[in-house]
Amino acid sequence: MGGSLNANHLMFLGYGALWTIGLSLIGLLGGGFAGFIIALCRISPSRIVRLLSAGYVQLIQGTPLLVIMFLTYFGLPALGVTVFPLTAAGASLTIFVSAYLGEIWRGCFESVPRPQWEAAEGLALSRSQRMMKVILPQAVRIATPPTVGFMVQIIKNTSLASVVGFVELARSGQIINNSLFEPFLIYTIIAVIYFALCYPLSRFSHRLETRGGPARLELETA
Amino acid sequence: MNLNLDFAAILERWPAFLEGALLTFQLAFIATVLGTIIGVLGAIGRRSSYPVVARICGIYVEAIRNTPLLVQIFLVYFGLASLGLKFSAFTVAAAALTINVGAYTTEIIRAGFDAIPRGQIEAAEGLALSRAQIYWHVVMMPAIEKVYPALTSQFVLLMLASSVTSQISAEELTAVANYIQSDTYRAFETYILVALAYIVLSLIMRAVFWLLGLVIFPRRRRLGTPL
Repeated sequence: MGGSLNANHLMFLGYGALWTIGLSLIGLLGGGFAGFIIALCRISPSRIVRLLSAGYVQLIQGTPLLVIMFLTYFGLPALGVTVFPLTAAGASLTIFVSAYLGEIWRGCFESVPRPQWEAAEGLALSRSQRMMKVILPQAVRIATPPTVGFMVQIIKNTSLASVVGFVELARSGQIINNSLFEPFLIYTIIAVIYFALCYPLSRFSHRLETRGGPARLELETA
Repeated sequence: MNLNLDFAAILERWPAFLEGALLTFQLAFIATVLGTIIGVLGAIGRRSSYPVVARICGIYVEAIRNTPLLVQIFLVYFGLASLGLKFSAFTVAAAALTINVGAYTTEIIRAGFDAIPRGQIEAAEGLALSRAQIYWHVVMMPAIEKVYPALTSQFVLLMLASSVTSQISAEELTAVANYIQSDTYRAFETYILVALAYIVLSLIMRAVFWLLGLVIFPRRRRLGTPL
């Protein structure tokens, strides 16, 4: 307990906010890549692949991210694997995001109208051509609003990386609070910074959603 | 990598796990019930003809949905303390979870309200139903029936999110796990078991909500189709 909130503390918070953004990007890119594969597996023609990927999604969606974090950070070293906070947090977020984005994107693939799949098949396109040239371009437009919306979830969930000692926004707030002991003020500032990061994305996602109607109509006539 | 798993030492402590799971369940139950009430009130508030009420409900929803639960829990925990109020960790955890899930429920139920066609309400007025009857039979119940699946998944997510309250030392499942792993040095086995426990809890919740849906919405039972 000493001193009051000064510019150095705010600098430290800003640094934490940068790590929150960085970790969110890691989660989005890693989870997006893995999630895309999961989504493809979920609509695979092979029954086994579909079942396995569905099982993976159920497993991850039934476990709290916090427990996944603990499992990678405290659990893996017990098996003799060295884990740093950044790798633990990044890996946990990637696993978590892949299950949710995979499920969101599967829905987007499936909401591309059935005749589009059939027409592509009728034109004798191969399966990969069908995906790349017909389904994917339409699915991307359907997927954009929920994906942007989910980015808000990713940013918020990076706060859980603080429990494994990764110094992002929430953790840097805890550290400052330990020296100043003004929890209410500091956590309010933290909340405001998170809000400033998340709210524009929420609004953007909402705008994309309300604009989604005409865009999809356009697709049908195209 | 020397794989040397020993679940026996952890399984020995099943009473502690059970207690933690029960507390997690209690937290989820309290927040679900209170959150539903807040959600219904909030959804009505957001459609209020008084702009001030609608605005306040809107700010509540946006503020909660755009900040992490962890920070909300700390704010409630330290906020109450700085007001000189002293509550148990469990009470604070339940309060924070309720405030959190209330905002999501508000948004979901509001979407249900918006999905009720205007013509239905006009038809009900034409049949000389009272205002209260219209609100209950034509707006509220069909709206909730429509968003019931979304609501239930939100409540399952809430149960999982209650793990975060271990950070203010509410003695729920994750906190029990943290304690046991620091006592036994069997982190991997402990968290695997806890992950399984959460999966089982979420399956139980889904089953209960499914049965509850059959009871509350007889149409589903009779016709086997959602609205």
